[in-house]
Amino acid sequence: MHKPFAITLDVGSSLANHTGSWRNERPVYVDLLPPCNHACPAGENIQAWLYLSEEGDYEGAWRQLMADNPFPAVEGRVCYHPCENACNRGQLDEAVNIHAVERFLGDEAQKRGWKVEAGAPTGKHVLVVGAGPSGLSAAYHLRRLGHDVTVHDAGPMAGGMMRFGIPKYRLPRDILDGEIARIVDMGVTIELNSKVSDIPAMMKEEGFDAAFVAVGAHLAKRTDIPAREASKILDAISVLRDMETDEEPPLLGRRVVVYGGGNTALDMARTAKRLGASEALVVYRRTREQMPAHDIELEEALDEGVILHWLTTIKQIDGTTFTVEKMEVDENGWPQPTGEFETLEADTLVLALGQAVDTSFLKTIPGVKITDDGVIDVDATMMTGFPGLFAGGDMVPAERTVTVAIGHGKKAARNIDGWLRGEEPAPRAEPRVAGYERLNTWYYTDADKTVQPALDLIRRQTTFDEIHGGLDETNALFEARRCLSCGNCFECDNCYGVCPDNAVIKLGPGKRFEFNYDFCKGCSLCAAECPCGAIEMVPERM
Amino acid sequence: MTQRVKFYQTGTFTVGNRLLDEENRTVQATVERSNSLTSGHRACQGCGEALGARYVVDVAMREANNNLVAVNATGCLEVFSTPYPESSWQVPWIHSLFGNAPAVATGVAAAMRAKGREDTRVLAQGGDGGTVDIGFGCLSGMFERNDDILYICYDNEAYMNTGVQRSGRTPPAARTATTPAVGPTKGNAFGQGKNAALIAMAHFIPYVATASVADLHDLEAKVTKAMGMTGARYIHVHVPCPLGWGSKPCDTIKLARLAVETGLFPLFEAEHGEITEVTQIRRKVPVEEYLRPQRRFAHLFGKSADTDALAAIQQMADRNIEKFGLSG
Repeated sequence: MHKPFAITLDVGSSLANHTGSWRNERPVYVDLLPPCNHACPAGENIQAWLYLSEEGDYEGAWRQLMADNPFPAVEGRVCYHPCENACNRGQLDEAVNIHAVERFLGDEAQKRGWKVEAGAPTGKHVLVVGAGPSGLSAAYHLRRLGHDVTVHDAGPMAGGMMRFGIPKYRLPRDILDGEIARIVDMGVTIELNSKVSDIPAMMKEEGFDAAFVAVGAHLAKRTDIPAREASKILDAISVLRDMETDEEPPLLGRRVVVYGGGNTALDMARTAKRLGASEALVVYRRTREQMPAHDIELEEALDEGVILHWLTTIKQIDGTTFTVEKMEVDENGWPQPTGEFETLEADTLVLALGQAVDTSFLKTIPGVKITDDGVIDVDATMMTGFPGLFAGGDMVPAERTVTVAIGHGKKAARNIDGWLRGEEPAPRAEPRVAGYERLNTWYYTDADKTVQPALDLIRRQTTFDEIHGGLDETNALFEARRCLSCGNCFECDNCYGVCPDNAVIKLGPGKRFEFNYDFCKGCSLCAAECPCGAIEMVPERM
Repeated sequence: MTQRVKFYQTGTFTVGNRLLDEENRTVQATVERSNSLTSGHRACQGCGEALGARYVVDVAMREANNNLVAVNATGCLEVFSTPYPESSWQVPWIHSLFGNAPAVATGVAAAMRAKGREDTRVLAQGGDGGTVDIGFGCLSGMFERNDDILYICYDNEAYMNTGVQRSGRTPPAARTATTPAVGPTKGNAFGQGKNAALIAMAHFIPYVATASVADLHDLEAKVTKAMGMTGARYIHVHVPCPLGWGSKPCDTIKLARLAVETGLFPLFEAEHGEITEVTQIRRKVPVEEYLRPQRRFAHLFGKSADTDALAAIQQMADRNIEKFGLSG
């Protein structure tokens, strides 16, 4: 070939020069567990459904949510959202309002009539005892896996503590009914007013291949308070239950004292307020910090005018006169009597001292162990000592919330399915959680949390209308987009853009990226500028 | 309760955004980008200049419908991209002397006109040494004649290719091979500084801007705007140099960002000698945060820390913030 003067070599491209040989560390894409997902007792893939919501694909988002939790509209209202406490955005400005988006998706599903199909029939039949959150969650997941499910519940209505423990102002009943109806529509049979007393016999007689028991904890714990004159003493769980089943609301009087420091105590006091009590007083023997009630619930109760007496015990009742003793905290954090007494005037005392499990019908089942705390012992797969009998919800050792119960239902359903197939439960690898320190927060624009509208105080104190409003489509979208996508690539193109060596290959929407190790020099700019910490540098083998 | 929808998660600060319309995305986010400076070049790990050059030329290529000639002054960019006979450039490219890139670009533009190829756009580029020191006479002439050229200066604040010697853009107190950190005043002397963008403005040319590899959206918008104009245009791009600054390769963009956020490198645009736009500081930081990760400023910290110098640099930053109105 003819070459110009003084030119002896052909033109070449630097692509012949594989600068990848310079590298002593290589970038790799990783997928870590976001803190929200890690914190969710129901094991939801929150980040994934927020991701779909961001694009306005609400049905896709709802279906992603439903893969783990059949009660989005309930959960968006009643869950104490540990996800939001864990949310990394909380360290940047405010946590993503996850529960509000969840509620929006749940309500949208009811509005649009989205359904879930049952799985291909397996021919197996599973008995579920208890139509509370745990039992219904198990029934739903078992149905999705193709098993036939029959649920028995001793009560007159399905929903368990979602109906009989959580007041209407937190969970409107039409919403709960809508969620349950969708499960029934999948072909789950629910037998109400049907108390099961001998599970093994029923399994044998009716041909159930496995059983899940989740009857909850609804025996109110009592305490002995010397009462000189007949006084009106009720228990909270019965009162809340009567609110649902009786035509007339229970008569509590003008001044109501609730004894206890849990969520039920606060729900009781708030209910008393709404029933017309001018004074609703919560007496708790320990400090505010030690109250098992959740902060949100406490704040809302205080807003509504519920009065709290911490470090106080009730010593004696004389008609409407209550003698209480002040307590003080000792060095171990336990309340100790001080010998200082006061008197209170009240018409009714409602005990909210916690609930116990009715284990009487399980005691005789061979292999079933009851712990010292009066709950049922289960293994890692939620199975009791009786083969094929699983248990969950409030009756096994765990925190007692709707979300935990729903999570138990899912876990039990998956393990029942595995057990029915004769599979050995596989141990799960310890997940790596994407911490805040992995994020490059520069890339996230500032965005304040969207606050849900709330009912005005007077209506809160006098009606059972739902307190919190929902998000609409615009602000649900806005809120979902506040998600930082911690630990998982969301295709922001940063790595593709910032590589000085053009060594990141963009694979197209939804397909993410690939490194071109022929040219990557290992400068780790991509890892440093990845907003969500989804790139890691690993040493090259020399 | 309606809120304006912004793209929070994939915000406007990231390179791409799956939630944005195609036309609002950056050139760098597209698979169609021309990769004007392609892989295999011999720039150091984490080179800010290699990154800046691809950012700029890819936009210029798009705006010129791929009908572009690039003139390149001698310097790092030229050395690492074109060891004979290899080239990393995927654009017609001509190498000039250290100091005459603006004059060569003038010639290329004249040649294109003479050949009736008015559609062909001309871009000239060089480092800070080749631009604000050695080539400054040629550059000023090009401005004064208002030749139809977009000139890009990649400012890494010293002569890096030849071994980190001081340039007119080297900041005060910085250690270079020719301004060692010894004696009573360590590093580069506190002089008057040489703000090439302001000098360019004094020529009243159609367009002058400063940009940074840390703000891709801003940089692309400026190059796009410049390409939409004719006459002499000048963009001064801040590009950190891990080798010369003694910084970690992974910190290149972070340092460029901190230079902007401290106020030490103000981002602005000017038309016909008047400043028209200033990019506001988003999260203001003290200069210490910018200086500390750079070994060229190591003598400002530690046991025998030069707190006076540090205070003087902070003053420079504060003066910039006031002069350019960087904090709203």
